[in-house]
Amino acid sequence: MLSKRVVACLDVRDGHLAKSVKFVNTKDIGDPVEKAREYYLDGLDELVFYDITASSDKRNIMLDVVEAVASQVFIPLSVGGGIRSVADATDLRLAGAEKINVNSAAVKRPGLIAECADAIGNQNVVLSMDVRRTSVSAEIPSGYEIVINGGRTPMGLDALAWAHKGEALGAGELVVNSIDADGTKEGYEITLTAMLAEAVRIPVIASGGAGRPEHLHEVLTQGRADAALVASMVHYGEYRVSELKDYLNQQGVKVRMNW
Amino acid sequence: MTTGANTDTLIVDYDAGNLHSVARACHEVGLDAEICADPDRLRLASRIVFPGVGAAGSAMRSMQARGLDEALLEVIDLGRPVLGICLGLQISFDYSEENTTRTLGLIKGEVHRFSLQDPALKIPHMGWNEVRIVRPHPVLKDIAPGDEFYFVHAYFPQPATEEAVLAVTDYEHEFASAVGRDNYVATQFHPEKSGRVGLQLIANFAQWDGNAE
Repeated sequence: MLSKRVVACLDVRDGHLAKSVKFVNTKDIGDPVEKAREYYLDGLDELVFYDITASSDKRNIMLDVVEAVASQVFIPLSVGGGIRSVADATDLRLAGAEKINVNSAAVKRPGLIAECADAIGNQNVVLSMDVRRTSVSAEIPSGYEIVINGGRTPMGLDALAWAHKGEALGAGELVVNSIDADGTKEGYEITLTAMLAEAVRIPVIASGGAGRPEHLHEVLTQGRADAALVASMVHYGEYRVSELKDYLNQQGVKVRMNW
Repeated sequence: MTTGANTDTLIVDYDAGNLHSVARACHEVGLDAEICADPDRLRLASRIVFPGVGAAGSAMRSMQARGLDEALLEVIDLGRPVLGICLGLQISFDYSEENTTRTLGLIKGEVHRFSLQDPALKIPHMGWNEVRIVRPHPVLKDIAPGDEFYFVHAYFPQPATEEAVLAVTDYEHEFASAVGRDNYVATQFHPEKSGRVGLQLIANFAQWDGNAE
């Protein structure tokens, strides 16, 4: 039986780790390579790096980070942030990223998903979507809309419709990030996650809101997610990855326990 | 000039995905493996890794266009250890349903797409799953019950004979997740992305003399 995955996300700015709370007030928390290696040895199932470097001239630093991590961490490595073209995706793949996460650029130009899927294979293209709760309308029938620019700009796009479209265009996996829950540590957005996980036939990674081990349990059962993404709850040493997996295992969730 | 056993391991490059992660994992266990698309060099290799992701049809065309299919079959006939990974495993069978492709025929049997009853099960089969050894093999040494490996695939192998099956995995139904024949062994999962146990498998392969007993 396939295991549920615990995925850690590291935000990287100018080659250093940063953790964002509602995407503002980012604060440096250390060396990404060291942190990645620590989580890998502690049983992490998959790693996501999100490049939040603002200036484009510093973007090559990210390739160095990916390369250094890929030669020390032997689990799937996914990289996102600022990917606008197949060339961006291929550069990161050559540096050692297994999967590529597209987000804002795909919202602005959905063809990017299909282009990346053709170039590197569907299974390696992850559609990462930032989602915010809103009122139900003709334009947003699900009551959840897609936002970009770190949650600041609503796109008038329904989250459910976007998930379907992303899958049809060739995305191999979805990251569903709730802007409302992100940084709150009060739990994942279960309704949103379950709605999208039931709607698509590709795996769904739940993101935003994890603060306690129970939150992971909740989103992997009720929320129907295939994987749970964690960030600050492990970055600041409140919980170890192995503790989260022990807890899930005790609760009867199938997770990888031999590492 | 002499060449040690570890200095001429080649990774077959036939335009089937990023091979650097395989090279990195080999390097981590002390196996210096070089990525190579030249059939003549392949013929001289003492050990070969045959990885790949992507579609069976284009993979076979690319192998044939470069003459790598014949070179690989020759090297296997010479008794040198060869490790197939993922698509490498799939195109070692006789036939793949993917692009209805006639494949290498190293292992008797066919490759079919998952057709699952449970709508909650996603395709591709992506993530960590348990690999149960049904036939001990030097390359699977020290892999313990409960050990999981990383998979990403929508098609699965169906060997014609039980003897080819080394390990099995469950995804609604049981399928062969490691197969072998003489000096050839192949995994449907990605040892290079499977943490400690995956590196163990690659280290076993690095030490293997090609004798399946």
